[in-house]
Amino acid sequence: MASGFVNWFKFSSPATFYPVARTIGRSAAVIAVILIAIGLYMSFFVAPTDYKQGEGYRIIFVHVPASWMSMFIYVVMAIWAALGLIFNTRLSAMMAQSLAPTGAIFAFLSLWTGSFWGKPMWGTWWVWDARITSELLLFFLYLGYMALRSAFDDPRRGDRASAILLLVGVVNVPIIYYSVQWWNTLHQGATIKLGEESTMDDTMLIAMLIMTLGFWAYSIAVAMMRLRNVILERERSAGWVRQMAGEGL
Amino acid sequence: MAEFFHMGGYALYVWGSFGATALLMIAEPLLLRSRSRQIRQRIMRLARLEQAAQQ
Amino acid sequence: MLESLYWVIRRDLTIALRRRSDIFTTLIFFMIVVSLFPLGIGPEPDTLRLIAPGVVWVGALLASMLALEQLFSADHRDGTLEQMLLTPQPLAPLVIGKVVAHWLVSGLPLVLISPLLGLQYDLPWEGLRALIISLLLGTPTLSLIGAIGAALTLGLRSGGVLLALLVLPLYVPVLIFGAGAVEATLSGLGGDAHLRMLAAILVASLVLAPLAIAAALRVATD
Repeated sequence: MASGFVNWFKFSSPATFYPVARTIGRSAAVIAVILIAIGLYMSFFVAPTDYKQGEGYRIIFVHVPASWMSMFIYVVMAIWAALGLIFNTRLSAMMAQSLAPTGAIFAFLSLWTGSFWGKPMWGTWWVWDARITSELLLFFLYLGYMALRSAFDDPRRGDRASAILLLVGVVNVPIIYYSVQWWNTLHQGATIKLGEESTMDDTMLIAMLIMTLGFWAYSIAVAMMRLRNVILERERSAGWVRQMAGEGL
Repeated sequence: MAEFFHMGGYALYVWGSFGATALLMIAEPLLLRSRSRQIRQRIMRLARLEQAAQQ
Repeated sequence: MLESLYWVIRRDLTIALRRRSDIFTTLIFFMIVVSLFPLGIGPEPDTLRLIAPGVVWVGALLASMLALEQLFSADHRDGTLEQMLLTPQPLAPLVIGKVVAHWLVSGLPLVLISPLLGLQYDLPWEGLRALIISLLLGTPTLSLIGAIGAALTLGLRSGGVLLALLVLPLYVPVLIFGAGAVEATLSGLGGDAHLRMLAAILVASLVLAPLAIAAALRVATD
């Protein structure tokens, strides 16, 4: 093997990754707090008032990052699922499992904030807009994954079954999105645009990006916390957990 | 200050969004931490029981 | 390969025809669901014509989902499924055979009865034709996607409800293009584009779904 080769499989054992997850999680948490603090400051005090939507537009500083993360996390989960199926590594499936609730929360927040944005802007809490509808279906996909995952008593079988579901889902997401878009254009003609992207101020864009990075770091931090819980629960009878328990965990 | 919280008449919508987001994003790590504590305690109790059984 | 496909279809059809009541249950469920909507919405023919494509399609969706649970469960219980997975035959034709047989007894009857339901909703002839063609192209896809869900939830306690949760979001494109085809035909735009999309989705799922079904069955019989 070439020099500098890292044996990544070494980290695929839950026992070796358990302490690593703590380090990653802590650093990500610090980064998340800093970025979100900067992002919040920018979204309330630096970004100017929108000339059309007034102060109400500030909702996009949480809405857009939450929507992006909800989609991104689903894809990442599918990648972990694929890795888990190919290499038969337990940790990959645990990664996917640890990300799911966070992704579902972001999908929910995207719907919630979208609805709070739609009420003053469109005059209604809910519009069957293509993006909102797709986000709702994504939320259902998350719930389905989590329900299937928790229905299995045997964790290894649950890992594989839910990995298959994730791969089926990720193939379907573009088709669902496309079909919903098609359905929407046929039924509403010209759809209402979410925020006029072209006229967005630079500081607005930067604030949104910083918030997105903050949410991203937050997702890593929370996923690592959940991963550690999952590992402990599933490996509770393994020797290394016993040994750690003897030392006071 | 009051003007800031008023959000140009959009207070309900802006704070409804940011509030819900903050609530969930604070609650999630807190719940995870308490869960982690629960799991550790259970494992420790099991380990102690086993030790007692051996002696 | 074709031979094993043929035998699986024949075997499953024989079994299904011996238990004919299952077929009728699905069919009657479909008819009842579709008949409930006018009672809930009101009998104005104009409204009914407007909602007919969606109502019939949602009804077909739910009915075909209802039948899914039986797709693998009997074979799983008596060990036939395990034997099938152990045969040296490639798994894809066996899986496709089971799905085809299932569609013949649960999907095809829905297609055949649909014009009658369309008449209840005062659909004109072109609308009925579009309804039949769209169901003919769409229900096999429902069976294929549904089979993935059925295989994934095989042997689980909460199988039925869970199956609905997994499968219904994945049914959305078929519902949109299926109901859309009928609607577009009724409005005079022509539903050909929708029907072509349905056909494309059917071909794609015919290629991809058996892989997922086979993988899920292997997990279930482990």
